[in-house]
Amino acid sequence: MAEILKEYNYTPAKLHRGYANKSLYINVGDLSIVEKEVTQWMKDKFVGGKGFDLWYLWNAVTPETKWDSPENEIVMSAGPLGALTQYSGTGKTLVASISPMTGIPIDSNAGGYFGPLLKLSGWDALELQGKADKDVVIFIDGNKGIIRFEEGEEYPEDTHLLAEILTERFAENEDDKVNVAVVCTGSAAKTGYMGMLNFSFYDPRRKTCRYKQAARGGLGTILRDKKIKALVVRFKGVTGNLNDVADLATINRIGIKYHKQMHDLDEKQNRMRTIGTANTVMVMNKYDLLPTRNFQTGGDPETYRIAPEVFVNQFLTQGLHDGCWYGCTMSCAKCADNFLLTSGPYAGTRVTVDGPEYECVAGLGSNLGIFDPQAILEENFYCDTYGIDLISFATTMAFVMECVQRGQVTREQLGGLDLRFGNKDAVLELMHLMSRGEGFGKIAGLGIRRLKKIFVEEFGADEQLLNDIGMENKGLEYSEYCHKESLAQQGGFAMTNKGPQHDEAWLIFMDMVNNQIPTFEDKAYALFYYPMFRTWFGLCGLCKLPWNDIVPADNYKTDVPAKVPEHVQNYVDIFNAVTGMSIDKDELIRQSERVYNFQRVFNLRMGHGKRDEDYPPYRSCGPVSEEEYLSRQELYDKQLVEKQGLDPEKMTLTEKIAATRAYRMDQYEQLMDAVYKRRGWTMNGVPTPEHLKEIGMDLPMLLEVVEPHL
Amino acid sequence: MKFLAHKQEICDGCRKCEEVCSQLYFKTTDRNYSAIRINNNFNTYHAKKCTQCGECINMCTANAIYRDRNGVVRIDKKLCVGCMGCVGFCTELVMFYNDDQPTPFKCVACGACVKACPKHALEILVSQA
Repeated sequence: MAEILKEYNYTPAKLHRGYANKSLYINVGDLSIVEKEVTQWMKDKFVGGKGFDLWYLWNAVTPETKWDSPENEIVMSAGPLGALTQYSGTGKTLVASISPMTGIPIDSNAGGYFGPLLKLSGWDALELQGKADKDVVIFIDGNKGIIRFEEGEEYPEDTHLLAEILTERFAENEDDKVNVAVVCTGSAAKTGYMGMLNFSFYDPRRKTCRYKQAARGGLGTILRDKKIKALVVRFKGVTGNLNDVADLATINRIGIKYHKQMHDLDEKQNRMRTIGTANTVMVMNKYDLLPTRNFQTGGDPETYRIAPEVFVNQFLTQGLHDGCWYGCTMSCAKCADNFLLTSGPYAGTRVTVDGPEYECVAGLGSNLGIFDPQAILEENFYCDTYGIDLISFATTMAFVMECVQRGQVTREQLGGLDLRFGNKDAVLELMHLMSRGEGFGKIAGLGIRRLKKIFVEEFGADEQLLNDIGMENKGLEYSEYCHKESLAQQGGFAMTNKGPQHDEAWLIFMDMVNNQIPTFEDKAYALFYYPMFRTWFGLCGLCKLPWNDIVPADNYKTDVPAKVPEHVQNYVDIFNAVTGMSIDKDELIRQSERVYNFQRVFNLRMGHGKRDEDYPPYRSCGPVSEEEYLSRQELYDKQLVEKQGLDPEKMTLTEKIAATRAYRMDQYEQLMDAVYKRRGWTMNGVPTPEHLKEIGMDLPMLLEVVEPHL
Repeated sequence: MKFLAHKQEICDGCRKCEEVCSQLYFKTTDRNYSAIRINNNFNTYHAKKCTQCGECINMCTANAIYRDRNGVVRIDKKLCVGCMGCVGFCTELVMFYNDDQPTPFKCVACGACVKACPKHALEILVSQA
């Protein structure tokens, strides 16, 4: 039995209209605890979830705070709609901190039961500050009103072991395991900046823990730096109205209508219940969007080997509920049961592998030139259990492999690892090295921005080439979409607050395939509306997938099918039914604008957040190399004629690449101007005082930050 | 597998079955609380009630639905979280709910309505399925 370091008793708050109206502050340095009031002002300005996270984080840090400063916090919050059970995707936990990768606030979110059970235990948010001397486990019992610190040195680090042990440890019996949720990371979180957080939920059918990840930006790295081994919450008694909502009948009605859509339409639409987000792999391949060999191309003839049906037919258990919170009938968290590992410390054991999600198949598969489903699942497992952000790892590996391909680094410089595209064994070996903190594994987890510096300064690599092919912006690696032909998505990645992650804007099909946003103004509107709309999910504790990964049968008849108007109205109605408020779809966007602009100013406060940091690497925008140009020569030549009035017949390949680049970067500049104008920012990307006033965020603390930059 | 069968040709639509069901389980005569619903379609009476097909068992998001030893599909109210997923997923539209009840409800082939039916239009059958 682990030594109990401290125990604190509290009276769990009853929820009312979506809020507990209390938040929990924990300092793991001195084991102090503070119960804070959640004020109406906080709700008005920040709603909850990511909004509360950023507000608490702002108050905790200074402009000088680094990711590993003791005052840096990890803040977690479910939003006011979190822990509902009647609508799909109501179990997200939003997490924020100052990121080791970017130096600015990162926000990331995960399914799993932790956030909802934390909220049902009486806490709208949890702040974790300070650093412990030795590994500590923090346990919150929401039924008994106990917060307990336990010594955590004795536990293993890797998630698939640790979470099972802690679930067993804190559940009162087998049936109680579903009431326990764990947040932890893994052994590789110590050796780089891309450590992620696993959020568990117990699967009573498979009798094992399953995991979802708040993966981006190094949150696991920060957790381990604070010497927090794990967070555990236990709450028994989830029912349909613990949020004490204002209008349960509306929530039931809308929820059932949505469940029926899922039942009737999912198999005809995206088959989320069958394969999850990986359903899109072949579609991406078809439209030249599947990143292949570090985003050099958008597809490959070998992709059929990692097609959705391969995973469905050979690996994924079908027919069981796979939702990561109660009530989610989208049920997309697929998994492969009894998967036999072939490498690393757990070789020879059979495990349950969550996923693979789309980002996994594209990132650890095609983008590394690996078209082997078995290898992808094994990479997926080790990323999860070692606590590695799969996206940052995959995109970083793709970068390293292209550096090898182009002779920028040698095998010897990589500690002997043969990191050529397609070498799954070398990729897995690198993961094991990261877990042990050995060889190239000591620095691989630092991410592309820092590897570029090392490769240039220590190995003499070509700086411009590395800047062109290193798919990072603001220090964060791109997620897995080859988007060279979508100007809007180039902005959708590089004009984000936290770095290039598709959860802010995914406009590729609207822009590139369906040509629904042809002008700069159209694109600017899309880069206003969708990031704001998507931000709102993070304020409320919601998953975005149920919004548009299934649509009503008559959605195509609506004025803007891309918005899925019926589902937008569902969210407006549910928000009002929970809180008793009466927002409309415009106020929904305004709620997000407040937090979005707050985050932008937060970036400024941390010494970042202006135009110069919103530029993408050129690989995001167009063909860097001759092979890339030649792979789509017909398209690029046609664009030279139609868009620039040039005659490709009279140009060398080098001239054509240069002309294409000049044109595309000019287009990007024009897009930035249009987007900044639409968002109410100066041409340097700074929110104007007038705009802050218009959205109700002309707070002195924000004005003080923006004024020097006007 | 026990299930409730309805003889459409005999039923005269008196709805005594609805009354008995809602009275037995919810102490009310409001038919919205009955797990059997008689619908009149041009004076032909159709009974909506669970066929015990069990499609709701594996989709249940709380693992709260199970088949008992008699083959009857039941909801464990201690485990049910009131997500209403089964209501939306029931192909036969015979998983019922009310807003003042925390969990959905369904026919469990208890036979109370069989005894009450004045026309003997209901019976409990056992299939090998």
